Amino acid sequence: MRALDIDYMLGLVPVILGYVPLTIGMALAAMVCALLLACLLAVERVARIPVLDQLVQLFISFFRGTPLLVQLFLFYYGLPQILPFLSGINGVTAAIIGLTLHFSAYMAESIRAAILGVDRSQWEASQAVGMTQAQLMRRIILPQAARVAAPTLVNYFIDMIKSTSLAFTLGVTEMMGATQKEAAGSFLYFEAFLVVAMLYWAIVEILSYLQRRLEGRLNKALAR
Amino acid sequence: MISIRGLTKRFGTTTVLDGIDLDIAAGERVAIIGPSGTGKSTLLRCLNYLDRPEAGVIRIGDLTVDAATARPAQILALRRRTSFVFQNYSLFANKTARENITEALITVQRKLRAEADARAEAILREIGLADKAGAYPAALSGGQQQRIGIGRAMALDAALMLLDEPTSALDPEWVGEVLDLMRRVAERRQTMLIVTHEMQFAREIADRVIFMEGGRIVEQGPPSQIFDAPQDKRTESFLRRVR
Repeated sequence: MRALDIDYMLGLVPVILGYVPLTIGMALAAMVCALLLACLLAVERVARIPVLDQLVQLFISFFRGTPLLVQLFLFYYGLPQILPFLSGINGVTAAIIGLTLHFSAYMAESIRAAILGVDRSQWEASQAVGMTQAQLMRRIILPQAARVAAPTLVNYFIDMIKSTSLAFTLGVTEMMGATQKEAAGSFLYFEAFLVVAMLYWAIVEILSYLQRRLEGRLNKALAR
Repeated sequence: MISIRGLTKRFGTTTVLDGIDLDIAAGERVAIIGPSGTGKSTLLRCLNYLDRPEAGVIRIGDLTVDAATARPAQILALRRRTSFVFQNYSLFANKTARENITEALITVQRKLRAEADARAEAILREIGLADKAGAYPAALSGGQQQRIGIGRAMALDAALMLLDEPTSALDPEWVGEVLDLMRRVAERRQTMLIVTHEMQFAREIADRVIFMEGGRIVEQGPPSQIFDAPQDKRTESFLRRVR
């Protein structure tokens, strides 16, 4: 066993840190898009609109039932062969779209469960004052469901940050891609991947801390 | 003028409302009494389509809703002409006391926020909860929650106020304050249809008392007749049991 090259590792930290904004940026963009899409999917699953409901179920089933890596390859390398107008798509965009579709399927199911968990009295009171379905969803049901779904959704965001590492397989130089290149030059694979692992871990720990703060605040608003 | 014709509701094979006919004049206060499970609450819930009736026609002013042909827009219009006070309060859990009152004024009636807030302030003072304007329902007692439930209904200025056993879920210590508030609403000649087990209260505030059993109206008349000289044996036997 050889000793760790600590100096190399310390020197690598700022290099990889430079790619943190891209990683976080991809995750944030995908999270916002996935949240919006998941809300629409969840509301549809609750409303059960004929035909559309079967399509949504198929969508959710496919994106939960196949690996994210396979989905990314399908979009980036596969789809442009069939749909030529997609051939100009870059790796970052493809990764954001893939992450969005993949995670929206999971998040839709969490949001759906949270919506169905809102007490029946809240639906009835909203209907009784004459709200439309859209009004009662937006004003009464979704805000209450959000409180229930928030911890799970933050977990998906954490998962999403880690999953951005797969974008390197689409040729994107993000944290993982940069590490891969550095390691290929130095041959110090263990050191390089240990550094990037620590950096992912640090990001996730910071988010977990923010998650606990957020939950504390959400619960305080409605505490007895 | 409110008129109900042939209102029928079935749950599976059980007929809960068996062709109810009922007219209510503007400003009239009608109390419904009767044993549990005889369709009193279902009648109220069918009047604003929280439960959809199988048959029957409801007329409120110039609005006619026929169960056979009712479209979503008509159901919405019907709900906007009625207000509802729930047995379990059913306040919006994510809204403060003030917002519970302003919510429908802003989203449904399209009033300006300032106007809605002014109305809420006036109502909160009236129901004695001006100091609780910013409190969430979870932080309020049952009696306070139900007073806000009634305040929310008052704010809507509906042609017909439906009250479904508003004191049944309350601890005994809160019943008095809620009855007092309903008395004040009744004094203003708000048209109301109230299901209640508070016989003394019904006698005091109602212009007319309806006794229901088995999904039908058995007997109706002024409180003095129903309570002191019931014509039907079933009314008499029910009143003997609850006294």
